[in-house]
Amino acid sequence: MRRTVPLVITLIVGTVLIVAEFVPHKPFGNLGDKFSMYFDIIAVFAFILGGGNLVRVHITKISRKKADWPFSAVTLAGFALVLAAGLFKIGNPGGIRGDVAVVGSLFNDLYIFIFTPLQASMFALLAFYVGSASYRAFRAKTVEATILLVAAFVILLGRTPFGLWLTGGFTGSWEFLQVPNLANWIMDVPNLAGQRAIMIGIALGVISMSLRIILGVERTYLGQDND
Amino acid sequence: MKICFNKVAALGMVLLLLAVPYSWLAAQAEPDTLIQDTTVTITGQEHLPRPAQFTFVHDSEGDAGGSITLKWTLSPDDGAGENNVTSYNIFRKASGESEFEKIGTVASGLTEYEDATTTDGVAYSYYILTSSDSVGSKSDISAGVVSSAQWFNSKDLDTFIIGIIICFSVIFFIFWAQKGKKLYLRKIAGLEAVDEAIGRATEMGRPILYIPGILDMDDVQTVAGITILGRVAKTIAEYDTKINMPVSRSIVLTTARETIRQAYVAAGRPDAYSDDMVHYLTDEQFGYVAAVDGIMVREKPATCFYIGAFFAESLIFAETGHSIGAIQIAGTAMPAQLPFFVAACDYTLIGEELFAASAYLSGEPKQLGSLKGQDVGKIIAMVVIVLLCALFTVASLTESEAVLSLANTIRGWFSAS
Repeated sequence: MRRTVPLVITLIVGTVLIVAEFVPHKPFGNLGDKFSMYFDIIAVFAFILGGGNLVRVHITKISRKKADWPFSAVTLAGFALVLAAGLFKIGNPGGIRGDVAVVGSLFNDLYIFIFTPLQASMFALLAFYVGSASYRAFRAKTVEATILLVAAFVILLGRTPFGLWLTGGFTGSWEFLQVPNLANWIMDVPNLAGQRAIMIGIALGVISMSLRIILGVERTYLGQDND
Repeated sequence: MKICFNKVAALGMVLLLLAVPYSWLAAQAEPDTLIQDTTVTITGQEHLPRPAQFTFVHDSEGDAGGSITLKWTLSPDDGAGENNVTSYNIFRKASGESEFEKIGTVASGLTEYEDATTTDGVAYSYYILTSSDSVGSKSDISAGVVSSAQWFNSKDLDTFIIGIIICFSVIFFIFWAQKGKKLYLRKIAGLEAVDEAIGRATEMGRPILYIPGILDMDDVQTVAGITILGRVAKTIAEYDTKINMPVSRSIVLTTARETIRQAYVAAGRPDAYSDDMVHYLTDEQFGYVAAVDGIMVREKPATCFYIGAFFAESLIFAETGHSIGAIQIAGTAMPAQLPFFVAACDYTLIGEELFAASAYLSGEPKQLGSLKGQDVGKIIAMVVIVLLCALFTVASLTESEAVLSLANTIRGWFSAS
């Protein structure tokens, strides 16, 4: 029973949603949107699970004085502060009935002055990581890596004014040799062709995997092996 | 004479004084006068735009009702002739109503309007007012049209047919493989390396980090990530290695726990399973990234799996993993993130390989058969690409309208509607 019921639900819901894609008439029309809404409703309740797990894991770490437990204390303090600021609308000009993220509220201040800069800092790390990853990826050890290096160099140059300045002398029928034009060609032709090939593969992979799940051939996602 | 002059001067002064407010009043009234004059001029037959005429007023195809599609021919004065058409105003009247009301405006040059505010079962009549600056000419009034919901979305007929072919080929090969037919599958390096990566972590006595992407269970990539987790967790259980799986979605938390628990049961080691193997961090993208990076730097996992949907965090994870010397196996169907994983990870499952991974790792004939079914889709794609390249080349060389039309028709079948 424990094995069959989820499989039957998956089969019915999967089939109905495929039918709904091609049958606009009631009761199938907009069924996909409705199911997405149901999922969102379930996800909202699942927040409690997530929050509960977060608190439990970190309280355990602190109480057992596990390695790096002070980080857990900071996490819990931050969690409690934001939760209290949001729930009790501390400092909210509109009081308890006001909008939770209104300007002037503690919740909004925490978000704007602490969370957003921290988020931006993490995002900014990408600039350095792109540099270090490119350094490794573009080492011309093989023919493929050399092609990658040349293509990357052309695109980087083509995206700067220096590229146009350097090759602006090519005019008329030679204009295609201007670095920005070469960069655009690389992006629009070989790059796009590669991306589309990947997209076709992904689409076919999604169809195949969806069928395996709907037909019950693939059951690992239910926490059950196939045998 | 002098008196006479004075009288005339006085009269002149009075007239002058009267002329100032009169001219001011006249100036205020000037626009009206002009409009009146202009209107008279424009409504002259030579300046009135000739009307557009309906070619198609029907219930919209393949929808859930509540919509009527209108199509018309351009006015002869739109882009040609007097070239004075500024817009097309759509007027509608429901059966039982006496007056037409304006329901929308379409810019000149366009020939289609969808009235998505109809009530099913009610007949509507329309006319178009082909407008110049301030006046316009009416088209003929259309016959009454009723909107209704359809049982089949005919606009997606091409998708339906191609989908049916691929689905049947997948199902056919599943049954074909079930009968014990031999299937050839190319080796996927990233999946061949899974055992090696888990073995390395076991030998080093360090944990394995498994990241299932940052989207929820309603994303197929997350589902793929969880199915692969089931296979990986079984090997982890057999090798008695530790797994650390921080997640960013609560539903993924419960699903992953159940998957790992079952893998441990299947491996005959249910006692070794702990709920703490999977733990929730945050839904926020960069908050999650910061926490996972912290775990990586502190715990130094020997192997990192990034399998699922990723965005900007992909490179941050992969570079941090590289900095701690972990073996990294990534898999995603996000084309924009694939280059980052390819550059920074040891192995990358590219697009379809992500969805094939679970079947590949299971080694079960019926699962492998489904992968073979995908090849039919690839053959269709390849044939169509080659055919369209040939047709467009021929159309370009011969300037043949018929070949170009054929090529565009075939392209239309395979383009998103």
